[in-house]
Amino acid sequence: MTDTTRPPAPEPVVEMTDISISFPGVKALDGVSFRMFPGEVHSLMGENGAGKSTLIKALTGVYQADSGTITLGGDEVSFHSTAQAQDAGISTVYQEVNLLPNLSVAENIMLGREPRRFGAIDTRRMRLQARDVLEGLGLEVDPASLLGSHSLAIQQLIAIARAINIDARVLILDEPTSSLDADEVAELFRIIRSLKESGVAILFVSHFLDQVYEIADRLTVLRNGRLVGEYLTPELLRIDLVQKMIGKEIAALDDLEQRVRETEADAGDPTIFLRAQGVGRRGAVAPVDVTIHEGEVVGFAGLLGSGRTEVARLLGGIDRVDSGSVAIGDEQAKLRTPRQALSRRIAFSSENRRSEGVVDELTVRDNIVLALQADRGWFRPIPKKRQDELAQSYIQALNIRPANPDAIVRNLSGGNQQKVLLARWLAVAPRLLILDEPTRGIDIGAKAEIQKLVVSLAENGMSVVYISAELEEVLRLSHRIIVMRDRQKVADLVNDDLTVDSLLALIAEGSGDDTDTGASA
Amino acid sequence: MTALLARFVSSRLFWPLVMLAVLLIIDVIAVPGFFAITIRDGNLYGSLIDILRNGAPTLIVAIGMTLVIATRGIDLSVGAVAAISGAVACSILLGSPDPGNPATVAVAIVVALLISLVLGVWNGFLVSVIGIQPIIATLILMTAGRGVAMLITEGQILTVTSPPFKALGSGFWLGIPIAVYVAAFVFVLAAVFTRRTALGMMIESVGINPEASRQAGIRARGLLFVVYTFSAVCAAIAGLILTANTMAADANNAALFIELDAILAVVIGGTSLAGGRYSLAGTLVGALVIQTLVTTVYTVGIPPIATMVFKAAVVTVVCLLQSPTTNQALASWRRSLAVRTGKGVASA
Repeated sequence: MTDTTRPPAPEPVVEMTDISISFPGVKALDGVSFRMFPGEVHSLMGENGAGKSTLIKALTGVYQADSGTITLGGDEVSFHSTAQAQDAGISTVYQEVNLLPNLSVAENIMLGREPRRFGAIDTRRMRLQARDVLEGLGLEVDPASLLGSHSLAIQQLIAIARAINIDARVLILDEPTSSLDADEVAELFRIIRSLKESGVAILFVSHFLDQVYEIADRLTVLRNGRLVGEYLTPELLRIDLVQKMIGKEIAALDDLEQRVRETEADAGDPTIFLRAQGVGRRGAVAPVDVTIHEGEVVGFAGLLGSGRTEVARLLGGIDRVDSGSVAIGDEQAKLRTPRQALSRRIAFSSENRRSEGVVDELTVRDNIVLALQADRGWFRPIPKKRQDELAQSYIQALNIRPANPDAIVRNLSGGNQQKVLLARWLAVAPRLLILDEPTRGIDIGAKAEIQKLVVSLAENGMSVVYISAELEEVLRLSHRIIVMRDRQKVADLVNDDLTVDSLLALIAEGSGDDTDTGASA
Repeated sequence: MTALLARFVSSRLFWPLVMLAVLLIIDVIAVPGFFAITIRDGNLYGSLIDILRNGAPTLIVAIGMTLVIATRGIDLSVGAVAAISGAVACSILLGSPDPGNPATVAVAIVVALLISLVLGVWNGFLVSVIGIQPIIATLILMTAGRGVAMLITEGQILTVTSPPFKALGSGFWLGIPIAVYVAAFVFVLAAVFTRRTALGMMIESVGINPEASRQAGIRARGLLFVVYTFSAVCAAIAGLILTANTMAADANNAALFIELDAILAVVIGGTSLAGGRYSLAGTLVGALVIQTLVTTVYTVGIPPIATMVFKAAVVTVVCLLQSPTTNQALASWRRSLAVRTGKGVASA
């Protein structure tokens, strides 16, 4: 055996070179190269839309690359299905366990490769073989027990057992720890290390930085479909990693920042609009306190999965809180459904524009009036003339193209869909507007327009929660910034002398582990 | 003019209307006098009038079904509800000393409709409050409902004599069958009910994207109650017309398979079973296509045992023509044709 801290062999088992993949309207991957070495854990890092999952899907045969080559063990390969990739020794364990809970553990591990005897499945031999696999991983699980009777963590490990039983040379673990607690993660890491010893190349995708730094030997960072670089983990500081993941945006909106500073100066002592105390939800975010003043823009910063979106969803009534309380003004408020939040004039604009935002087969007009109409109930329709006035005024104010209220929203560009969604929330005249990634995946012009809008809304007294992976946007627009990390609030700061670098430091290190740096508030 | 034509070709009513036209042309070739309408005793008679009158029950059920399908649901219980309403009406008429009295008939109809209202609320409750999948929830009433109808008729086929009730099925008013007026009334009611209020938009919104609709503050529960109840009332109206046609309540065979015809009419009309945008006009054309198809089977002289096969073939063709894959292939074929002819012109 060779030294395990360095690549044991110079020959990579997987080598992807210059991979490009386009979808209609987007270049998902642009000349990305990626390699994996046997006996090494390699982490693929990047924010939403960076191209991580597209790259994995190119490797596992879900997508075919438009250009570029993939070699496996030195031979050029081209997979047209996941089955082909699996036969070649590339196994994948997805975030959601996709096994069959109604079958036994042994049946799940051996599914599709059951040992047979006279054409029928040889149950006894199947259980013995499954037991061998489980013992190889040091798992004490009865192969005859039902899969569904085990915890999610054990199911995850059984999924891995199934994956390596296919004589995998390459094991891809996509967010394997997202539903595991600390002990279970330790168990998973023990197994990953033993697989590593036996020479399997492991691709570990996780948005928990602590875990990545604990287990990964090598990192590849993607941003906006492009390769940023490949690094050995010990040689890359966390703060540098986060900066590479988030990148820097060329700013042309400095005057906005000026405006935000000015309103801050003459703000004096603003009234509190909403005060949340200890709101949390198990498995999503630890209890946090959030206070939002009238006319204030509060930025939520943190990496994907840090809890920034989860807190916002609790405030918008999208997910139910299971602890804490929310007060609006002086009275306690229940925010158990989006409808209840909307009746308190709190509007939440989801980051998932297509799946939770616009209703894409309806017209621009219908989408704009939808929330307002829902509030009135179906029996009191908004008069057609009023609908047209509303649609026209928002089409003009937000510069929606095409300027046609009868256009079907599906046919609009991402930026224009986002504006239609914004118009819907503005039409209910919210007192608190929660914007989750309002600028993701839209062109630079629309990004600037949306940011200008946020500033002028706040100047008119609306409170805004602004979430974005682009820290410069958060810094530019926010009066105050709440920093989340690993599902906990790590800082709540007035945005006066914050810089991208100081914010990055908080996001990367925060005060989660080394508690002596000021989490005493 | 060509722009108008292009819009018509790309509209979802295009293929159903083409289908309807083709069927009518086949009929007129087989029977040259097919389009002839005669006036007897001031009433209109003819094959076209028959299609309208006999298609009325299917159309009425299909209108209710359209709204249910738009919410991503389905209502399999309509046939059973139709049988129950027929059984209720007949047993009331039989039990009364004066079944020919218009007031008695009115009571019978109103009670049948009220009972269907309860049945619709039951379906809505199972789907929206309990959260059972619509196909299973309505399957319960589909199977149990025939049994209920059986209890009401006490296992007999109830035959009644009541001229006012009979008029609902086979009577005329101003020369046109009364059943056609009823269907037209239900159609207009549904159109006004959904398009003059915000109900239609909200039904579509929930059908297209339930989660986005929830986040916009729409309460799907109330909408589901409305559509399942409306569907049951439609089914009851259809059941009354069918019962009045034969003047007999047959718990086992009344409105048999009408749910399948109604679903077909909706699908042929271009409303997707996946929910979302719906077209009542499409459903109207769809119901006419199905009824014309049945008529065509007789006029062309296809043996009755082959009727189902013929129907299946036509439905398959319509569905293939409407599938996204076919439409894409047709569109690219049209494009390449345009390019080729364009080049031809340029080189000439």
